[in-house]
Amino acid sequence: MPRLDKHNKADYIKKAPRGLSENLVRKISQEKKEPAWILKLRLAGLRSFYATPLPGWGPDLSALKFEEIIYYAAPDEIVEDNRSWKNVPKDIKKTFEALGIPEAEKKVLAGVGAQYESETVYHRLKNKWEKLGVIFEDMDTAVQKHKKLVQKYFMKCVAPNDHKFSALHAAVWSGGTFLYVPAGVKVQEPLQAYFRMNAKNMGQFEHTLIIIEENAQAHYIEGCSAPKYGTHSLHAGCVEIFVKPRARFRYSSVENWSADTYNLNTKRALVEKDARMEWVGGNMGSGVTMLYPSSILRGQNAHAEHLGLAYAGRGQIQDTGAKVFHAADNTTANIVMKSISKDGGDTVYRGLIEVASRAKNVVTNVKCDALILDKHSHSHTIPKMRVANPTAEVIHEASVGKVDEENVFYLQTRGLSAEEAASLIVNGFIEPIVKELPLEYAVEMNRLIEINMENSVG
Amino acid sequence: MNIELNIKNLQARTKTTEILHGINLTVKKGEVHAIMGPNGSGKSTLAQIILGHPKFEVTRGVLEFKKKNLLLLSPDQRANLGLFLAWQNPKTISGVKIAPFLKQALEAKRRSQKSKKAPLKVREYQKLLLQTMENLKMKPEFAERYLNEGFSGGEKKKSEILQMSLLKPDIAILDEIDSGLDVDALKEVCQSISLAKSENNFGLVLITHYPRILQYLKPGYVHILLNGKIVKSGNWKLAQKIEQQGYAAFR
Repeated sequence: MPRLDKHNKADYIKKAPRGLSENLVRKISQEKKEPAWILKLRLAGLRSFYATPLPGWGPDLSALKFEEIIYYAAPDEIVEDNRSWKNVPKDIKKTFEALGIPEAEKKVLAGVGAQYESETVYHRLKNKWEKLGVIFEDMDTAVQKHKKLVQKYFMKCVAPNDHKFSALHAAVWSGGTFLYVPAGVKVQEPLQAYFRMNAKNMGQFEHTLIIIEENAQAHYIEGCSAPKYGTHSLHAGCVEIFVKPRARFRYSSVENWSADTYNLNTKRALVEKDARMEWVGGNMGSGVTMLYPSSILRGQNAHAEHLGLAYAGRGQIQDTGAKVFHAADNTTANIVMKSISKDGGDTVYRGLIEVASRAKNVVTNVKCDALILDKHSHSHTIPKMRVANPTAEVIHEASVGKVDEENVFYLQTRGLSAEEAASLIVNGFIEPIVKELPLEYAVEMNRLIEINMENSVG
Repeated sequence: MNIELNIKNLQARTKTTEILHGINLTVKKGEVHAIMGPNGSGKSTLAQIILGHPKFEVTRGVLEFKKKNLLLLSPDQRANLGLFLAWQNPKTISGVKIAPFLKQALEAKRRSQKSKKAPLKVREYQKLLLQTMENLKMKPEFAERYLNEGFSGGEKKKSEILQMSLLKPDIAILDEIDSGLDVDALKEVCQSISLAKSENNFGLVLITHYPRILQYLKPGYVHILLNGKIVKSGNWKLAQKIEQQGYAAFR
């Protein structure tokens, strides 16, 4: 039995067992009253997980103790009608308030879905979008209410046997977001979900499934934050996005897991003819992150935009990047990645650009800039390119550097102290990514970087 | 208070080379000085040493401003004391917008002076910034651009003058503010400098190769710097002599 942390008032995980087993997988499926095909996928995932070794590349994951992780927990309080703020339990509300959710919701959000541990407790969508046929639900509900849609797309973009952690995800996934935007519908306000992993040793295996039909348009925002705990937690979520012909979709996320979390996340989009997919992401926290959002450009003229920011401080490895598969003619991609390493932190840009032999006139631009703030920190760039068509134009630009002393002096001649100057330069460095994030997230990102900067001075 | 920049027998070097071999110069608030000399004579170095560039080491001499020993102060402390350096090639600070940056700089100065409350009210600042920009015939959108990123030569110089006009120094050193400007742009920049000077009557040190800028900004004192030393000082006529004869006559 896991002992509860005294700071954690709610007794959420008293029944949750540690470790992985077929029994646990069956229990999750049973509790969720899932259709048989999902259980089948879960069991296939479990077999694949056992059969697949840890990746032979990237950060060392050998300290990850699979048997000590809690793979599934449900809050004691289940809210019957989870669409109203009033019905959200007090403890959970407090957490959300600390994260600024209610204010944000009042202002700009079309709908809010938030996952508290494994069960979604709060979910809402403004009436006007519901009327247009937009579905914005938690995954568990979608499995019950939108069976056919879910079955058509679920784990069709990321297969359970894709890699070890997608297999684990398939076995124990719980909760997440389901978003469906019908053909021609353009959702103007961003749709938003905020995840929070609150119990010690809690795994978070949420599944996000997004379908943007032909000529539709939407923007979905996901943010993650976790309080600090002393033992290893694991996050192995999965995001699958289907962008149909002429559709446009933007996926923004800020991930700020606590420093003891392994964040091994899989995000992938299938982008069809004349469609556009935009990934905007910031990774601040976690101990080890391995995350490479992927775009499969399988229709002509499809475009992918990848904007990413990674911050690695003491004891952190941010192994992030982007993958783009050009499978059709005239597909284009633009990848801009920025990273900051400090206090011994380690950032890695790991990228893959693949151009199929049949895909003519592909254009891809990759630009990754790394800022290293002290001599204890590191940055690596590992770009891979497999170009099988000679008409492709693939450009890779990379820069690694420190804060320029001349630039600091320039700002000092305007009256800023050396620390203020360096901080301003660092903030300017990430600005091209931060400005693409919604304001409240941009503020959070800036604040987090500032906090981290402050800690390091002196 | 005696507002005066005082340089006596100033000697300085980089790790490998002696650069200044004993500079003597006094600049008072309200005065206009020109320091002229060919490329590599040490003009820009002198300016950077006055502001305290860490690359250079002062080995001897006196460097004082408002009776304070600048050699004991950091570059930002020197700036906040009332010195300003307009750079010959201002640095590009990517992602940092002019408007919020200048607010921060103004607040840093106010903080150092202690007499006023440091945080500026947004509206008060905006009014000040827009008025200053209007005086300099600059469009408001300019303040939303990243500092010096993608600026033309003329825009960089104007941006430096905008910063000077807002920070209101007691003494401003303008390092080749005329370089890279065509005749019209030069005239415009000089008008902006004159305007800022007429408002605050600060001291000006103009560093330049060419006498042309001096027609607009009429220095009372002209100094010729050769090989890290001031070899001749005089009035406006000295600049005319340089125009006719070049620097060869002073070597």
